[in-house]
Amino acid sequence: MKYLDEFSNPELAKRLLDSIHEIATRRWAIMEVCGGQTHTIIRHGIDQLLPDEVEMIHGPGCPVCVTPLEIIDKALAIAAMPGVIFCSFGDMLRVPGSSQDLFRIKSAGGDVRVVYSPLDALTLARENPDKQVVFFGIGFETTAPANAMTVYQAKRLGIGNFSLLVSHVLVPPAIAAIMESPECRVQGFLAAGHVCSVMGTAEYPMLAEKYRVPIVVTGFEPLDILAGIRRTVMQLEAGSHVVENAYPRAVTDQGNEPARAMLRDVFEVTDRTWRGIGMIPRSGWRLSEAYRDFDAEARFNVAGMHTDESSLCRSGEVLQGLIKPHECAAFGKECTPRNPLGATMVSSEGACAAYYLYRRLELTAVSHV
Amino acid sequence: MSETDLESATSIDMSTWTCPVPLRDSPTIVMGHGGGGAMSGELIEHLFLPGFGPAARAEMGDSAVLARPGGRLAFSTDSFVVRPLFFPGGSIGDLAVNGTVNDLAMSGARPLYLSTSFILEEGTPLADIGRIAQAMGVAATAAGVQLVTGDTKVVDAGHGDGVYVNTAGIGVLDDGVDIRPARAAVGDVVIVSGAIGVHGVAIMSCREGLQFGTTIASDCAALNGLVADMIATGADIHVLRDPTRGGVAASLNEIARIAGVGVSLVERDLPIPEAVANACSLLGLDPLYVANEGKLIAIVPAQDSERLLAAMQNSELGKEAAIIGRCVAEHPRMVVARTGLGGNRVVDLPIGEQLPRIC
Amino acid sequence: MCLAVPGRILRRYEKDLALMAEVDFGGVLKEVCLQYIPDAALGDYVIVHVGFAIQRLDEASALETLANFANLGILEEEFGDGFTRAAKQAGAVEGVMR
Repeated sequence: MKYLDEFSNPELAKRLLDSIHEIATRRWAIMEVCGGQTHTIIRHGIDQLLPDEVEMIHGPGCPVCVTPLEIIDKALAIAAMPGVIFCSFGDMLRVPGSSQDLFRIKSAGGDVRVVYSPLDALTLARENPDKQVVFFGIGFETTAPANAMTVYQAKRLGIGNFSLLVSHVLVPPAIAAIMESPECRVQGFLAAGHVCSVMGTAEYPMLAEKYRVPIVVTGFEPLDILAGIRRTVMQLEAGSHVVENAYPRAVTDQGNEPARAMLRDVFEVTDRTWRGIGMIPRSGWRLSEAYRDFDAEARFNVAGMHTDESSLCRSGEVLQGLIKPHECAAFGKECTPRNPLGATMVSSEGACAAYYLYRRLELTAVSHV
Repeated sequence: MSETDLESATSIDMSTWTCPVPLRDSPTIVMGHGGGGAMSGELIEHLFLPGFGPAARAEMGDSAVLARPGGRLAFSTDSFVVRPLFFPGGSIGDLAVNGTVNDLAMSGARPLYLSTSFILEEGTPLADIGRIAQAMGVAATAAGVQLVTGDTKVVDAGHGDGVYVNTAGIGVLDDGVDIRPARAAVGDVVIVSGAIGVHGVAIMSCREGLQFGTTIASDCAALNGLVADMIATGADIHVLRDPTRGGVAASLNEIARIAGVGVSLVERDLPIPEAVANACSLLGLDPLYVANEGKLIAIVPAQDSERLLAAMQNSELGKEAAIIGRCVAEHPRMVVARTGLGGNRVVDLPIGEQLPRIC
Repeated sequence: MCLAVPGRILRRYEKDLALMAEVDFGGVLKEVCLQYIPDAALGDYVIVHVGFAIQRLDEASALETLANFANLGILEEEFGDGFTRAAKQAGAVEGVMR
């Protein structure tokens, strides 16, 4: 597909890799913020092709992984209610709450459906006027415009049986929280390209300046990732810390103005708990006053529910690169990909899940045809 | 199978199927169709048998009495619950016949006889059942198997998804054929018979909540003809597997675990059609985990691989056959793919169904 | 986060008061909400996330990026470039935003 194949070209990838090998002279720890970027790194084996000097720390940018236990428990409670059609993106179904996941709610008779787009949930609401249709609105700034537009449409079209369970999270406060940690090892960031496609880049120079870290806005194809890493390493080697855009084909300084306007209308900033990290002030969005009627937490009376995160799980430290996954006592015992305790084991790209898988491989040599 | 059989079976236009009279007024399944009385009989006589066509044994008694073929028997059963019942390139009927035919063929057996058992939901249009029966007849004729016995039950509305089908099959193995996962050995070559991920993408394209437009149609097909061509080469085929649910990844992981070998894949050699790759990009899926219904994986000693590959490429269903990897001594019981960039990734056994992701 | 893929606009239409498009993802067609890129024309490529076009793809800069990759290899110049950037941190340099 155009814009995908060209950016996976092995020959150009080799040039970028060679360049990174030549440039890197010291050890650098770089965090890719976004789960999609982690996916590309693992999927293409990029981490094994980088020089030893470059360590990639997988960041907290997987919306599925960082959605707090409490919100998942609320989702499970709502999905189990009679008369509710609970709609979600597919990757959220397997994420465990305190005692079960959406799959189990479904198997117990709950009407849980996978949709591709929140607008599909709105369509279901119109087709089922006698049901309450709830969409699980998770995601970063990239996904928020879709959910915002869906609520906006619900209000405009008078679809009263639709509501949104909101758990939106924001990237810049997460970067700040990571850098504020006294033991922080991260020296440079690959910022999430698609977040910037929506939001633009204005929020980042302040962070780069305050924490003296290079931030490179990076895309998602293999060449994009390599270009982002290369530019970050170049800055680190040069002692520089500015914001660069390595994804100019899809990111402009100002972002998507109509989307940002919609976000300002539908959402307002709120404190948000991140699974494995804890509460980060002003790091999320909730529905604004004008759209509060569509808030599923209020409609289904689950706002008062409270759940604590697992005390065993040390995914917060893993996310910040402070410990390796196997240094957590629960790793491979209480916590496995089938029964994950925390964010980093939940998704297959999470640092713990990836480590769980690859440690088996590291025990043996790899040969190829 | 003779050409005339095939022609007579395909001459009915499935798209305009209507139920032949007399089916007692009701255009849909009612409880009486499962009662064993007159309505049940009519359903068999006027719907299933005409639908099955020449592939059916007309007597269809309580049990089929079959001539005993020489050699060892292969016996397999499978149940089909696919939604939707009809999808681009096929229906639950095609799957029910080809699925069991392929399960038999993967042991190297020649499939001979199939049973067909239906669980019908009250309210299902008879026309749908007719189309499904007809698809089964056409598929059975194409595969050269006979539908020899069957059963029908009806469940209350809301207790089924329209139609569930179970088929069981009997095949016969020639002397000397020994094809099973445990025979995979270090040094063996891994061949896939053609494009992967096609069936799964075709099903997803019409599944509620995910619909997308595509020209991709299911690859659902009976593989016993291809297998016969492969066995005829005299190659010492160690393993055959049809990578259905869980795709190529699940099949290779099973083989690796059973045989205690590692499997090493070369990603750029995987035959993945562009539209499959793009649909997977859109939904965040990995084609290695997407279901196939008309493909097989063959594992053979290296010295036999070129001869086998050539024979497969000469066979209608193996035209795009390709060598995709090898069995290795390293990383036993694991499947590892060399990526296009030259890195490695572990291709693990999927935990459950692959779901579209946003992340 | 944020699986988003590029696709080409085949058709524009209005549905439920919203601007929609039929988008071709290399042989896979999907309905996409175009409300956030309202001026995207037929044939334009947009980047799509969960059924919404979130940005237009700029072909010129894509080609330029690829050309830059193809021209990689002159290490000294690269380094010079990096040091220049570091030295010029106070001011705007090409490709650098402050």
